[in-house]
Formats: sequence, structure tokens, C-alpha cells
Amino acid sequence: MAASRDVLLVGGGGAGLRAAIAIAETNPKLTIGVISKVYPMRSHTVSAEGGAAGVIRADDSLDEHAYDTISGGDWLSDQDAVEAFVEEAPRELLRLEHWGCPWSREEDGRVGVRPFGGMKKMRTWFAADKTGFHMLHTLFQTSLKYTTIDRFDEWFVTRLLVDDGRVRGVVALDIMSGKVEVITARAVILCTGGCGRVFPFTTNAAIKSGDGMALAYRAGAPLKDMEFVQYHPTGLPFTGILITEAARAEGGYLINKDGYRYLQDYNLGKPEPKPVLRSMELGPRDRLSQAFVKEFEKGRTIATSYGHVVHLDLRHLGEKVIDSKIPFVRELCLKYQNVDPVSELIPVRPVVHYMMGGVHTDINGATPIEGLYAAGEVACVSINGANRLGSNSLPELLVFGTRAGLAAAEYASRPSFAGTAVLAQGRDEQRRLETQFQQNNGHERLAVIRDEMQKTMEESAGIYRSGESLCRGADRLRTLRDRMAGVGIDDGSRTFNTERVAALELSFMLDVAEAIVISALKREESRGAHQRTDFPSRDDQRYLAHSLIHCQPDGSSRLEYLPVTITRWPPAERVYGK
Amino acid sequence: MAERITLQVARYRPETDTEATFQDYEVPCPKEWVVLDGLNYIKDQLDGTLSYRWSCRMGICGSCGMTVNGEPRLTCATFLTDYLPGPIRVEPLRNFPIVRDLVVEIGDFMRKLVRVKPWIIRDHEQPLSDGEYRQTPDELSDYKQFSMCINCMLCYSACPIYGLDPKFVGPAAIALAQRYNLDSRDEGARERLEILSEHEGIWGCTFVGECTKVCPKNVDPAGAIQRYKLHSAVESLKAFFMPRGAP
Repeated sequence: MAASRDVLLVGGGGAGLRAAIAIAETNPKLTIGVISKVYPMRSHTVSAEGGAAGVIRADDSLDEHAYDTISGGDWLSDQDAVEAFVEEAPRELLRLEHWGCPWSREEDGRVGVRPFGGMKKMRTWFAADKTGFHMLHTLFQTSLKYTTIDRFDEWFVTRLLVDDGRVRGVVALDIMSGKVEVITARAVILCTGGCGRVFPFTTNAAIKSGDGMALAYRAGAPLKDMEFVQYHPTGLPFTGILITEAARAEGGYLINKDGYRYLQDYNLGKPEPKPVLRSMELGPRDRLSQAFVKEFEKGRTIATSYGHVVHLDLRHLGEKVIDSKIPFVRELCLKYQNVDPVSELIPVRPVVHYMMGGVHTDINGATPIEGLYAAGEVACVSINGANRLGSNSLPELLVFGTRAGLAAAEYASRPSFAGTAVLAQGRDEQRRLETQFQQNNGHERLAVIRDEMQKTMEESAGIYRSGESLCRGADRLRTLRDRMAGVGIDDGSRTFNTERVAALELSFMLDVAEAIVISALKREESRGAHQRTDFPSRDDQRYLAHSLIHCQPDGSSRLEYLPVTITRWPPAERVYGK
Repeated sequence: MAERITLQVARYRPETDTEATFQDYEVPCPKEWVVLDGLNYIKDQLDGTLSYRWSCRMGICGSCGMTVNGEPRLTCATFLTDYLPGPIRVEPLRNFPIVRDLVVEIGDFMRKLVRVKPWIIRDHEQPLSDGEYRQTPDELSDYKQFSMCINCMLCYSACPIYGLDPKFVGPAAIALAQRYNLDSRDEGARERLEILSEHEGIWGCTFVGECTKVCPKNVDPAGAIQRYKLHSAVESLKAFFMPRGAP
């Protein structure tokens, strides 16, 4: 007898927990299952540092937040979605305040806000520089009070069950016991986050293997705007640990090997001693990461054993500001780079950070598969367009987690019956996994295929791409997929077999990697984070449109385009530093 | 030639082993590498059967706690070169049932966490339209330290009381209860008192202070426990002298 829940959440990070709470509050009769491959408080939301944007100051307005987001996204954002997002973000952040989130405060007790990249006003709420950590723990601890939410901790979803165009549940591996179970549901919400691990150098945690994207893709839902991969300009070399944008918002400088604030050469404004909004170090991430590559080409970066770097200079901020506003930056630099930012320069280089693309959803998180929803980084609504602004992803997972939760709750409240076809599909998947587990004596090594995939992605689909590099990448990925069939698994134990999980993840990542490369190859323009050396300008005639990549029954892919929704902000030039 | 170091790693597979054994692996040790990098090297290059948990490798997700040369540590924040010439002994966290290799069962903590009600409890919820609950930086600093717990379980592993009496609620859960008790927005301290005042609650702790020593986030659970004992004693006295309607 298969287990059953009214609504299943796949993923227990910020979006998943917010959705679960929304469902529990709106309809206490619904049973809710949160399936997560890690304990929810380990989810990658925990690593977010700088803050969460939401308009609260009298000198700010929703329209300004919307404009910053849309121009930051190089006009690929759907403007109706952005308008809903900026309107609901402050309320969601406030709700988190009521649930106990330890937001940093002003002297009078009001919530404090800080500047952030690409934002014209101060609107970024923060909990020192552990904002994601505090948001996640607040959500997780709050979720514990709802008795209708139960959890499948350390379960890994391997397949969505879809029958007659409707999602009916999932098949999942209980990592602890090794058992593969069918869990049926009336609605499923994917909240698995991003896929940074398809690249070699990333801020993303080990768990970020694009599981939800691949699950949806294989089940027939298209992935949207997968060519837009965000490089964050300031990662620590070797580890890829993120040094938050808040370090620059508090006044940090980016300097090249000559100690020169090089961003002034890239149409990002003039260097001032104090931070200026939407200017220089507070420009958008795509432009800053691209400027790094240009500096490298000019020979003005610094060579290290882990690649070329520039320096982030915080010394002039002083110990007091660093310890009160960005203490985690100092902790990370000291513990992982053996550098003290109070007195030393921090070596940094661009690092894969965030996936703008994801599972195609509407403004309520609904995918084209009935009953299947997605929210957070796994989804593409799209509010982020071609480049996400820092501090928009945390409110995004709250706003769209809630929206998806409410929509799924509504859908799941209607009567529906899972047919027998679903159980048969479930048995097929159980057999597939059992066979894979038994026949594990291939000669290919998992880590070798993974490393080659990551190298391929960096070489073919990095900060700058070309038709040639992408074609080569697509070829190599096809070969790697073939080789994946011959992968060997050393571990024959059913108990907590992490190698088995890693193989399933790698198979997901190969699908996601291919979707990225093919979507990038077909977009013959440069926009936001997608920069083609062979098509260096934006082309609104052909590409003011979202790409949708579909998985065909034979495993090949098909691309189509969906026009961007424009409401009040017609496409214009992105201007920074003025 | 780069230096190398030997990791002596505890192995245990419940299907085949009756007890844990040690297996030696030699790994490179560049100065940037942490113990977790060594384990990942083993997993990728030498032996795919080794099981352990990890995720963020930046000391915030709380997954990779293990016993390193006898001390509970986050392996992502423990450099190999600090142990040269080696060997380094890597074992699962103590005081927990071992599932497999370096993986322990933490379900007991997850159940205890729910029991201390780690969420805001109020008699009257202020509507969102009235804005935020005001909280000054001083009020924030009253509980901030206790809100930094990443649930890494190092304190349970170090706690001699938990080792002897698994019913003990334990350092992290008590610190989290205290995190809410001290939050100016919360009114739930009395509800939490019941669970914490039980036999296996805070009275079990004899202020050994090991938990605070090993905490990678300076949460100071021992301090939380001592403050709570005092508070609890005062509350009991109040209840004794003023059985009902105590102010």
C-alpha cells in the first residue's frame, strides 16, 4: 500500500517550508508531506548572506523596486509577475518578522535596511550577513507547530508520477534504509533549488544538483530561460565560498593588481569614496562578472594557484563596521582563506551562484502539468529575467512559495482519484532503481564523469559563450550521457548509500547541463548573464522572449519561445552609474 | 611533491559488520584542504563506499560534524595541515547511534526540538497591517547569540550528561528554547518551562560546559542552561508562594 498525502513538497528549504506553512494555514484538513534529501535546516537557503529586498521606507516605492528588477533583468522579466512580487515581498518579510526572524534593527526598533547591487534605494532587509540562515531556521522552527505537516527527512525523489496529464505523486528513495517507495498525492510542489553543481566552481552546496528541474523536464514540463546562469563577482578562490554583496554595499572596493578600481572603465560610473546606489561596486552582478573577464584579458588580474583573482578591499571600513554589519565575511575569510579583511585584501573571482532559469511556471507557480507546481530557484516565473538582482531571491521564495502553496492547496481540495496506471508506473521505477542497484559493475567512475561535465560547462557555457564553444559542449555532454550508462558503483550496501544518491544526482545534472547548453546555443543575442561573443548585442526583435526547452519522448530536446509580458516598462537601455 | 597525510576513518556497515573498524587512507594535504576535502578525495578517487554527510562546506548547514582526533568538529572547518604529520582519526559523532560509517542518527534531537516549542508564542497576534513588532538592537542582542545555533550536534556529542542519560533535552534544544524565551516578541516562556523543568530537563546538567567549548558558532549553550535554571527556580518559587494569578 503506497503512502499518500494531499500535497507533497519536494524540497524543504525556504520555498518548500513557506509553501507548506501556507497550505497548513489555508486548509488545516489537508495532509502535507515535505520530502527532502537533507534535514530541512541543512537546505541551501541557509547559505544566503546579504539580505532580502522589500520596500518599506517612505522614500521608496514599489515602482522603483519593479524598475530596478526589470532593468537588472535586461527586460526579460515578466512585468506582471514583478509587480505582484514587489507588492507582496514587504508583507512576506513582515510575516517572517512576526514569526521571529531576527532582522537587524534601527535604534528605534524598526527593521533596518541596507543598500544592494542594482537597487536604487535602500530596501534590503538583513539579519547581519546570515539572512538566509535566519530565515530558514525561522521557517523550519515555525513549521514544527503545524501538526498537518509531516516530513520525509533524507528521502530522495527519483521520479514524478504523471498520468493523463496530471501529477499523481512521486517515487522516492529513503536514503537511510535504501527502500524505494511510492507516495501518491493530489498536488506536488517542486522546491529543490538550483543546479550550480553542474559547474566546477560554484557557491552552491553539494546538494544543488538541479533535481527538481530534471524531474519536471523528464515528466514533460518545459524548462524556461536555462541559458541564464548567474556568476557572482566575489567568490573566494579554491572553495568558491561567497563573499556577500553586502561587503560592497557597506563600502568595499573592487581593485585590480594595480590597486585601481577598475569598474570605472566599464560604464558603471565614477569611483566615489562612499558607496553610490546602482553604481560601480553596486552595479548588477552580470556586468561586474563580465568586467572581471575583460580585466583578465587586459592582464590586470592577479594569478594564484586557484585561478586569476582581483581584490576586494574592506580595510577602510574598519573593524567595528566589519564586525557589526558583515561578521560572517570576516569569519569566512579567517577560517577558509586565512585572510583578515580588517587589515588584508580579500582575493575574489566570479563564481557560479544562481540559476535564473528553471521549471516554467505561471504567476501562481503552476507548471503546464496539472497539479504540479514549482517555487524558488527551481522555478522560472520569471521575475529575474536575464540577471537576478542580489536580495531578490529570498523574497522570491517567500512570495512564490506562498503563491504556489495556496494554488496547490486549492487544487488539492478538489476530489480526484489516482488511477492504477500510477501504481504501475511506480512499480516500473522501483524495478528500474533495483536493476540499477544490482547491475553496478560498470567501468566508468562517477567522479570522472562529473568532473568532465563540470569542466565542459565552464569551457562552453561560462561568462562568455560562442556558437562554437556551445556546439562543442553539447557534443561532449552527449558522450558523457552515453558513458553514464556504464558507470560503476562501488557501494553495495542499502544503508545510507551516498554513492547511489550521487549517481542519481549526476544523471539529473547531465539533463540540466544539456538544457543549459542547448538553450544558450539557440539564443543568438547577448542579454544579461547570457553573453555571446558571436552575437554581442541584445536583439529585441527576435529574443524579447523566454526560451522553453522540452524533453521529447526519444530523449532529444525541442525549443520554443514565449513572448515576455511587458506592462509599463518598455525595453530600454540598462544604465548604471548615472 | 605535495605532502600527504593518513586519515584513519571509522567504517561500519550494519549489514556485514558487528562493530566499527578503522581503515587507513592516504590523502594529499595542501594548506587549503580541510578534513572534508580529504574525505571527498577518498570518496572520489579511492573508495566510493565511504558514507558521510556534507553540504555547504562553509560552516553554516551543520551537516558535517564528526569526531576528529577525539574532538567533535565541523570537518569543513578543520584544516588537515593542523594535524601534520598525522595520522588523523575520523569517527562519527559520539553519543548518537551509528547508522553507517560516519553517519549518525539524530532523530532524537529532532523530536526534542519540537518539544521545546521553538516558535513565537503570543496571546494576541498583532495584525501584519500594524507593521513589525518593535525590537531595539539591545533587545535583539538579548537572544541573538542563542539564535546562531546551526544544529550541528557537536554539543550533544560533547555532553557527558547526554552520554549517560539520553532523556536529557540537551544543550542545543535548551539554547533554542532560551532563544525564544528571551525574544521580546515572545510570551511562551511558561509553556516551555514545563518541558524544561522535568527531570530530564535542565536539572540534569551539572554545568560541565563542554557544549560551549565545542560550539563552532559561539552559541554558549551552557550559559543558556544556567540562566534558564535560575529563571526556572524563581518561577517555581513564585508558583509556590502565589499558586494562581502570579503576576
